[in-house]
This record gives sequence, C-alpha cells and structure tokens, in this order.
Amino acid sequence: MPDRDSRDLVDLADIPSLAPTSTAAPVDLVSAEGGTPLLGRKARQGKLGVIGWLSLGWLVLISLAAILAPILPIPDPDEQTASLARQPPMTDGHILGGDGLGRDLFSRIIWGARASLTLAVCAILIGIVVGGLLGLVAGYFRGRTDGVLTAVFDVLLSFPQLILALTLVTVFASGEGVSGSRRMIFLILALGVVSVPVLARITRGSTLSWAQREFVQAARSIGARNRLIMFSEVLPNVLPAMFSVALLGVAVVIVAEGGLSVLGVGVQLPTPSWGNIIAEGRSDLTDSPHIVLWPTFVIFLTVFALNYLGDVVRAHFDVRESAL
Amino acid sequence: MIRSRRRVAPPPSGDFTSTNRRLLEVDDLKTHFRTPRGLVRAVDGVSFTLDRGRTLGLVGESGCGKSVLSRSIMGLLPSTADRSGEIRFGGIRLDELGPKALRDYWGTQLSMVFQDPMTSLNPVMKIGRQIAESLEVHTDMDKDQIRETALSLLRSVHIPEAERRLNQYPHELSGGMRQRVVIAIALACGPALLFADEPTTALDVTVQAQILDLLGEQQRERDMAVVLVSHDLGVVAGRTHDIAVMYAGQIVEMAPTRTLFAEVRMPYTEALLQSAPRVENPSHTRLAVIGGRPPDLIDPPKGCRFAARCPYVQPRCREEQPPLIEADTPGHVFRCWYPVGTDKGREALEKNLAAELPQAEAAVTGAAVAVEAS
Amino acid sequence: MAGTGTAHLRDANETLLRVEHLVVDFPAARGAKVSAVADVSFDIAEGETLGLVGESGCGKSTAARAVMQLPAPTAGKVIFEGKDLAALHGEALRRLRPRIQIVFQDPISSLNPRRTVESIVGAPLKIWKLGDEAERRKQIDEALDAVGLDPDVARDKRPHEFSGGQCQRICIARSLVLNPKVLICDEPVSALDVSVQAQILNLLEDLKERYGLTMVFITHDLAVVKNVSDRVAVMYLGKICEIAGPDTLYASPAHPYTAALLSSIPVPDPEAPPRVSTLVSGELPSPLSPPSGCRFRTRCPRAQERCAVEEPQIRPVGEGQYVACHFPLVGGTAPDPETAVAASGPASGGNGAGSESPGETDSPSDAPAGTPELTTPGGP
Repeated sequence: MPDRDSRDLVDLADIPSLAPTSTAAPVDLVSAEGGTPLLGRKARQGKLGVIGWLSLGWLVLISLAAILAPILPIPDPDEQTASLARQPPMTDGHILGGDGLGRDLFSRIIWGARASLTLAVCAILIGIVVGGLLGLVAGYFRGRTDGVLTAVFDVLLSFPQLILALTLVTVFASGEGVSGSRRMIFLILALGVVSVPVLARITRGSTLSWAQREFVQAARSIGARNRLIMFSEVLPNVLPAMFSVALLGVAVVIVAEGGLSVLGVGVQLPTPSWGNIIAEGRSDLTDSPHIVLWPTFVIFLTVFALNYLGDVVRAHFDVRESAL
Repeated sequence: MIRSRRRVAPPPSGDFTSTNRRLLEVDDLKTHFRTPRGLVRAVDGVSFTLDRGRTLGLVGESGCGKSVLSRSIMGLLPSTADRSGEIRFGGIRLDELGPKALRDYWGTQLSMVFQDPMTSLNPVMKIGRQIAESLEVHTDMDKDQIRETALSLLRSVHIPEAERRLNQYPHELSGGMRQRVVIAIALACGPALLFADEPTTALDVTVQAQILDLLGEQQRERDMAVVLVSHDLGVVAGRTHDIAVMYAGQIVEMAPTRTLFAEVRMPYTEALLQSAPRVENPSHTRLAVIGGRPPDLIDPPKGCRFAARCPYVQPRCREEQPPLIEADTPGHVFRCWYPVGTDKGREALEKNLAAELPQAEAAVTGAAVAVEAS
Repeated sequence: MAGTGTAHLRDANETLLRVEHLVVDFPAARGAKVSAVADVSFDIAEGETLGLVGESGCGKSTAARAVMQLPAPTAGKVIFEGKDLAALHGEALRRLRPRIQIVFQDPISSLNPRRTVESIVGAPLKIWKLGDEAERRKQIDEALDAVGLDPDVARDKRPHEFSGGQCQRICIARSLVLNPKVLICDEPVSALDVSVQAQILNLLEDLKERYGLTMVFITHDLAVVKNVSDRVAVMYLGKICEIAGPDTLYASPAHPYTAALLSSIPVPDPEAPPRVSTLVSGELPSPLSPPSGCRFRTRCPRAQERCAVEEPQIRPVGEGQYVACHFPLVGGTAPDPETAVAASGPASGGNGAGSESPGETDSPSDAPAGTPELTTPGGP
C-alpha cells in the first residue's frame, strides 16, 4: 500500500490507449519489426488461459463464500472456545485451527471476506463513479476545466494515501462508542476518496485519446450534444481501461484495509475482516504463525487473481483495438 | 537554392541471364503466419532474381505481401512466421543462416529503409549517435573516422548544415530530412542490397520527388541493388529497371519497366493502372473500378486469385491457377490464361461484356459495382 | 504566394458558401501562436466542388474544419445560407450542423468501434428525433444502399468487420442520412488502396449528382483533386496561392508553387519525359515564423526582392484564374529574363534541365508527350 502511487503511475503508462502513438520504436534499422502488426501480436494474451480461469474461479469461490456465509455449515465466527485458542489447523475438525481467542479461523476468514470484499468493491465503485466522471469531463473538455481538475487530482495524489485514509477514518469514525457500521461507511468513503484521483487520471488519459478520434468530431458535426457524445461515444470506449484499473484498485484496497487494521482503524471488531484477523494475530506471530499466514495467503491469492484478470482485460481490449 | 538534378532514365533491361552480376536469387519463397484464424499465406511461392546495381519495383495493394516479402528476405519476421524456399544472396543461402549469422549481413550487405522515418529513428538519441552506431558495430573505425564518415554520409544525402545535424534529435528535423537520415543510416556500411519499403508514402509530394531522386542517385553511385516497395505504380515507373506486381501473396506479372507499361498482360496490372486518376485526363473523368476485394489469404481460391474481380474472367480461371507464363519480350512473365492485349483476352472481355458481367462493366465504364457482400 | 485578398470571390448571391478572411490560430509552446490558416477567402457555388490542395501543414484541413466550426475560426466570416456561422453559438449553431457534413480521412477512426453500423448511420436521425423506428430504418437502409452496401448484411455488423473502403462508405452513409447541403471531404481516399480509391471517387461523384451536393474536397493528391473538382484552390502555409478551374490550373499553372506541385506528381509511365523535379528545393518553413512577404519565396525559383517585402494580393490572370504572386507564370511580367528562363523548367515538363525549349514553357502537361492507350481509363 505505501508505494501505491508509483504503482498506479506505472499502470497508467501501460494502458495502451494512454500511450502516445509515436512511442519510442526500436531504432535498430535492421532488426526492427513492423509491417505486420496484426499477425505478430495476435496470439498474445487477451485470453483467459489456465491461470485466468483459476483466478476467475478463485474470485467466484470467495465471493460465493462471502455471500453465503450465514447459511454455510461453518461454526459461528464469534464463538470462543478456550481449548481452540492458537491451535494449529485440523484441530477437532477446525480446518484452519483457531485464532488467539479460540475462534474458528476458517469461519472468520470466510466472514472476513464479507467485510473485506464489500469494503473494497464499494470504495472502488465510488472511485469509478466520481473519478470516472471527473476524468471524463477533464479529458473531454480539456483546456481550463482539465487544468483545474488535473491540479486537484495531483494534490490529492501527492498526499500519502494511507495517511489520508487514516486521518479521515480517525477523525470521523474512531474513538469510544463508534458503531461498526459507521466505521465501515467511513472506511468505504475514505478509501473511495483515495481511489478517486487514480481512476480519474486513468479515465482522463483514455478519454483524451478517444476524444481525439474522428468519430467524436463526426458526432459533433451531426449535431450531437456534449453529454450525449461523452456518455454514448466516448465512455463505452474508455470503460475497458477503467475496468482493468478498477480490478487492480480492488486489490489495492483489500491490502490497504489490512494496513489500516494494523494501525487500529480497520473494520471494527468484532466483525472480522482479513485485515483485522491479521492485525489481531500479530501478537501470536511467533507461537502460532498460522493465524497470520492463512488470511495473508487468502489476500495474496485474491490480489493476484484480481491483478491477473486486470491484465487480461487490458490485453484483450488492446488486441481488439490493434486488430482494427 | 536551385538544384537541377536530372533523373537519368534507367537503361533498357531484361537481362536475366548473366550470372556474374547476380546478387539475389529467391526461389519459391513462402512465408506463412500462424494466426488464431488459421495459416495466413502472406507470401506464397515467390521467385525472382536481382542483379547488382539494378532496381526492382515491388508493387501491389495493401495486404498483397510486398512488405512481408522484403522482410522475409531480410530475415525480419516475427516468431509466428514460417518461411520456406531458397534465398541466395551472392551465393550464400540466407535462409539457412541463424539470427546471429544474419546480423553480420544486416547493415553491411542488406539494409532497409522503412515507411515512417519518425518511428524508425530513436527519438531520444542524437542523429550523429544513430549513424555512428552501426559503424561501430560493423567497422573498426576510430572515433574521428566515424564522425567523418557520419558527416560525409549526411552530406551525401544532401542534408544542409550536416555538422549541426549530428547533434540534433530526430524531432528537430522535418519529415523529409528524417527520411534522409534514415537513408544515411541504411547506407552507412555500404550495403549491396537496399530494401526501401514505401520510403515516401509518409512524405509530401515535392519531398517525395527529392527522396526518390536521392535513392536513385545513391543506387547509381554505389552500384547497389535496390528493391523499391510501393503501392504506387507512378512512384516506381520512372525509377526502376524491373517491376514485379504482387497480388494475394504471389507475383502476378514481372517485366522490365518499359515492357510492363507498354505491353501489360495481367488484367490486375491493367486495372491498377486504370483505376488511378491521372492529371492528363480532364476533370470528372469516370475512373475504371476493380470490384470486390482481395481473397482471404487463409483460404485462397483454387483458380486464379484475381478471378473473382477480373473483367476477363472465364470458367477456366476459376478452376485452374495459371502458372507464370513467358511473354514475347524476354524477362516478361505473367499469370493469366486470357492475357490483356491478346486475341484470347479480347474475346474473353467481349464475352463478359455481352453477358453483362458486373466486374467487366465496372472496369470499362466505371459503373458502380455492387460491393461484395462479405 | 501565399497571398491574401478577395479578388477571386464571386457575387454573394451566386454562391452557397462564402468564407472571408478566415484565420485559425493554434497556441504553440511558450505562449506563441501558429496561424494554421492565415487570412483565407473562398466561395463555393451551389452544386460545385471546390478542391483544396496542398502539402501537409498548408492549413487545408484546418480551413475546412473551421468552416464547420470544429473548432471555430479565430477570425473571419463563414457565410452559409445568409448566416455567418462563425458568429453563431450553442443551439443556433447546432441547428445548422446537419446542413454541412464531413467525411474524414481515416475511415476506421471515424467510426465508433463499439457500435453497429445501423446505430452509427442512424445516430443523426436519433439525435434529431426524425421519424419513428420504421422510418428511420428505411432511411438507414436507403443510405447504406446508396453507398453500395447491402443493408441486410451490413446493418448489425461492427466497423472492424469491414475493410477500409467499406468503412469509408459507412462514413459517407452517415453523413448523407441528414440530407446535407454541403459535404466536406477531408482526404477521404488517402488511406485507401488505389482500386478502392477509384470506387469511392466514383461513388462521391454519383452521390453528388443524386443528392445535389455541394462539396469541398481536401486532398494532397493532385490527380485526385483534378478528377473531382470544378474549381481548385492551391494552399501553401496557411494561404491561398492560386485558384482556378482544374483544366486551366493543370494546363497553365500561374503560381510557381502550383507548377512545382504538378511536376512532382509521379507519372505511371516510364516513357514520360523526365522532368526537373527539384524546382522546389528545401522544405516547408516553420509556420511559427513564416517568411515575410510571400510565404513561398524561400523555395521559389522566381523569387525577387519584392517578394520578401510585399505580400502578393490575389488577382485575376486569366479566365477564372486567380493568383497571389508578383511574378506569375501566366499573365504577368517575368521578373527578369535570366530568372525567367531558369524558372521555366518547372512549368514546362519539357525535356529536363539540360535541354529546355522556351516554346514549351506554358504546357506542363505530359499528355501529348506520348502516353498511349494506357491513359484512357475507359477500358482495354
């Protein structure tokens, strides 16, 4: 999470529609390829492949588990059994063993998925809607509008993201007697605000290049109004780039919630989240590392799956584009 | 500055026999690309020869395989390509060389000028550096010699203020100047064979003339063989010794330049010539039209590949692919059962006109053809 | 060249579209500005095709787009059907949009890749809420049919399923469906293969007749522009050099730049006498700091001192031929005998630099020089 800025900036450059068309081509006259763009790249990516299917399967699995948690035959995640405390996996039918307070770890991870995924998806939705809209406006109208909005994005991006989220949550939803749902809402808002400038910049960049296309000029010349052009001509073309970044964003938010939990402002206990399971497990790290390892592993798989699918989405639309 | 450089008309040609001057022999070259849709036969059985100091024009529309052909000979193909056939360059089988051995030929023996000078130059490297690079790799000149050579190269391609240009970046030069630099780099190590792949397509018409003159001049001075790839018959007409017309991955007509224009045999060549508007004709002249579009190179038709669009088409054309047939003039070959300018051809066309075959009418009157319902 | 003036404009009531003193500036680095179009005037009579020809950077596309107010010009008037488009804004301008339509160079970039042909061609009807579903469909089919596409096949496909030429047909269909008065064609065939180019050019001629279109045809290709135009304006660095009927212009160009362009055209005929193709040495000056006086003087073989000091005004030199040059090749005074001889090379298309016969000075055409049956586009 700390290096989130730099990582998103890298992604920005990777998005094909953002890259300037005259990117540095190979200099070497004799070894330079070219000429057959369609043929050379066709086989490349843009397809799910084995890893893609596995990633998708994993995401479907944890999403289903999270949704169906109340009716799954798993122990109550809050039930404390003293004998289970810090027990390793496969103790007494508890697949992943127990946590520090003797709660079933497997059950807590599944219930934790509810909180973590809801939080991440909602935060990114805010980012997509608000950031996407601002980015679309900035990239479409350009000029002064763009200048002002871009300055705002830049200011937001130059705050350390985690500190910004931490501050927002601390100010508005911490201290004695704060309800779990209030904490949740402010977590979503805080992480949403943090994702706004990132998604806005991606959208702006992609919009800039699409709005240059002649079909946009053509739409204007037949008398279409700006709003119509933005939403029905430009937006559908920008969505793939936004979507692929949003997938990565979900992953980043999941990790960020872990960071906030460690700092004490993650999802409010006793509601489990992947982040606060890890935060709680830290004290037992030397004796019972599995309490931290399992949720970490689940986060790892989820983040990997999201990143991989984000890449597939991007490559898929990239290939479609070049095949035009 | 007024410079009057006269274009010297190429000497008469048609000499395909002498062996001592022979530089390049391509025999049954096939380049197929593996794609998800199937095997694309981009180059499908091309043979030709090229002598030292001669210019071959390679003409065809986009997708006909002309660019792939020159890249196949150079060995610049992506990994999805399969190449077969023989390529002999000065007696050496280029097709049998590995990438490492080939690298010794690139630049020194074979060189290439691409269409877009902006993308074939490195935008973050000074011009002088880019010229020096290949000299450093292929020669053992010292720094001063390299600089001198780079300077004289820039001067030889008529770049004014060559000294200053060495320290400039590509974006500081105009399109025409950039293409001159690209040519200078391609010529740096004195290649015996230069591929110029649409070298003027990205340039303005007055600059195009200058660049083509430059290529011709360098070709004569260096006794270099040149393959000039273009979609424009006008570009190659005055500047080549021989012309090969490609269609759907094959050479469909090849002849010494003058012969080709004077005695067109292949209906496709004729159609290409007639469909381009010409300044000599009065305004609003109806253009002859080639209906339809080229065949799918994944599944080419079994007969003549041009049959579906040809105004002369006869049943035989759809069944049997014509081989390269020798015409009266030596060195003139074409792929057609009912060639233009022969009685057979005339009869075929008359028959088609009588039967109101749309593609024949389109070719003669420019009538709107129903565009293929693909 | 590269002069200003309005001598070539016709009476206002004879013309459909009249552009006066059009200027389009773009901001450049460090607060500077580039005048892509610098005081250009032209007019078009109803049913006429005006060809705008010139090399890249001459401002031909910018001028045409300024006519459409995309973007609006910095200064100048665009008078269409009695209204000055440049003075209109917002809804008033939008109302007039359907009257002037444009076809762009890159047919693929002109079509939204995520839409079907039906939705692309039908978009104008939808925007203006014309007709009901069934009527719209009928109009879409008619438009597709008019451009030579089978509506039943094309309707539900997306642009990437078509070739470049077919995409250009779709673009043309879209621009026709609103029944425009003026069609601006911005290099519509430059991205296409020769054989497809012929189809599109013929198609545009047919449509012009069928729909009574008035056209502005922008291209860098002199052969193409001659084929389609009733009047040709040659542009250089944001100014008009010469304007004339195509046959006059090509037979006896008055401006040295026109002559230079003409002699640079590659002729598909090896027997064509070689010409001096270097009459324009050097390259386009930077539009940031255009030459003083006549903008072409830095490359002009006939340039004199006067050309650096005084900008030439457009003036008539012959029947319907107007030129902005102090020393035109036709109907003017030669600068001085010596230069005149040197400059006759470009205009002559004669026998090359070495052996010029002064008698040929005014015939740049190579047609009589022996282009046999090949040049007849009729048939074999």
